[in-house]
Amino acid sequence: MKKMIHGKIRNRIAIFLSIVMFMVAVITVSFTSASKNTKTKPPVTKDSVASVKAFMTVYKVLTNTRCMNCHPAGDSPLQGDDSHIHKMNVKRGIDGKGLYALRCSNCHQAQNTPGLHMPPGNPHWQLPPANMKMVFQGRTPRQLALQLLDPKQNGGRTTAQLIDHMANDPLVGWAWHPGDGRTPPPISRAQMAAQVRLWIAKGAFAPDAQAK
Amino acid sequence: MTTIKVNGKDYHIDADPDMPLLWVIRDIVGLTGTKYGCGAAQCGACTVHLDGEAARSCVTKLGSVAGRPIVTIEALSANNNHPLQLAWQELNVPQCGYCQSGQLMSAAVLLRENPNPTDQDIDDAMAGNICRCGTYTRIRAAIHKAAQLQREGVKS
Ligand code: FES
Ligand code: FES
Repeated sequence: MKKMIHGKIRNRIAIFLSIVMFMVAVITVSFTSASKNTKTKPPVTKDSVASVKAFMTVYKVLTNTRCMNCHPAGDSPLQGDDSHIHKMNVKRGIDGKGLYALRCSNCHQAQNTPGLHMPPGNPHWQLPPANMKMVFQGRTPRQLALQLLDPKQNGGRTTAQLIDHMANDPLVGWAWHPGDGRTPPPISRAQMAAQVRLWIAKGAFAPDAQAK
Repeated sequence: MTTIKVNGKDYHIDADPDMPLLWVIRDIVGLTGTKYGCGAAQCGACTVHLDGEAARSCVTKLGSVAGRPIVTIEALSANNNHPLQLAWQELNVPQCGYCQSGQLMSAAVLLRENPNPTDQDIDDAMAGNICRCGTYTRIRAAIHKAAQLQREGVKS
């Protein structure tokens, strides 16, 4: 009889201990995974000053001639370091690839044609399409920031897609290999992409209306 | 060796793939209706159709056109009877003629896509084709005339 009672108590202790061990294990695992999470994804620290500062660098790139010439306010692309209106009355067209006998690819090849005043090239050469003009020319920093963040005006892009466009899109990349006689943007593409990421990570703030 | 398809015929071209298509068409294939004006995509004299679009052959490289259909002025129509050619003859458009094959090839793309072009549409399509003789007003009139012929059912 005594033995049986002892046996039962021992069993209960064993069960109790295993439950305790299990819980400790679960808690430990959840703590370690929680700490891993904080390592890969730091909590977003919004910082309007740092965010705006990063955007102002991006703004300088987007409004430099290489980017702006294909994001014009009118329906003609711009040309050259002085951003004059494209000769030959070239127009955007519905799909952004020109009109009739003046389609972009009629002259612009898959790569730059060597020589001064020769057509630059890229397989994706085009303007933004007529229903999504994504104008950079003449936009203030604030206007451009808000436009870039608005999927209705940015080609339906999320902020992740916006970063990807700036960092990886092959036509955007042409700006840094513009061929003879054309000045590339003021900073490298990697530097620009880093500033875009910073702008968004810090809260994607738009500069105030006075910023220039 | 690059095989190109000009006016429905295959040509095997043994030349640098960077050679301008215009050189190939004129000097190797031997079709001299396509003209060399500037060599810099600025004048339109060298316009041919590549995949049905108006391509400037002076900046188009041989290596990029393998197997793609190319049409030159010689094959714009079977018997020089494209509505544009009929209108061009009726209105005596050419002066020296040097730019005219390019003008016709560009205008043909316009008329295919827009059977009833306005003056503005003509400007939008044709402003890249330069004519040193200044035949622009006759070109405009002839395009309107050709559009009319096309609507009336003149087939090339
Ligand atoms: S010769 Fe090609 S555009 Fe002038
Ligand atoms: S007819 Fe002489 S250049 Fe046009």
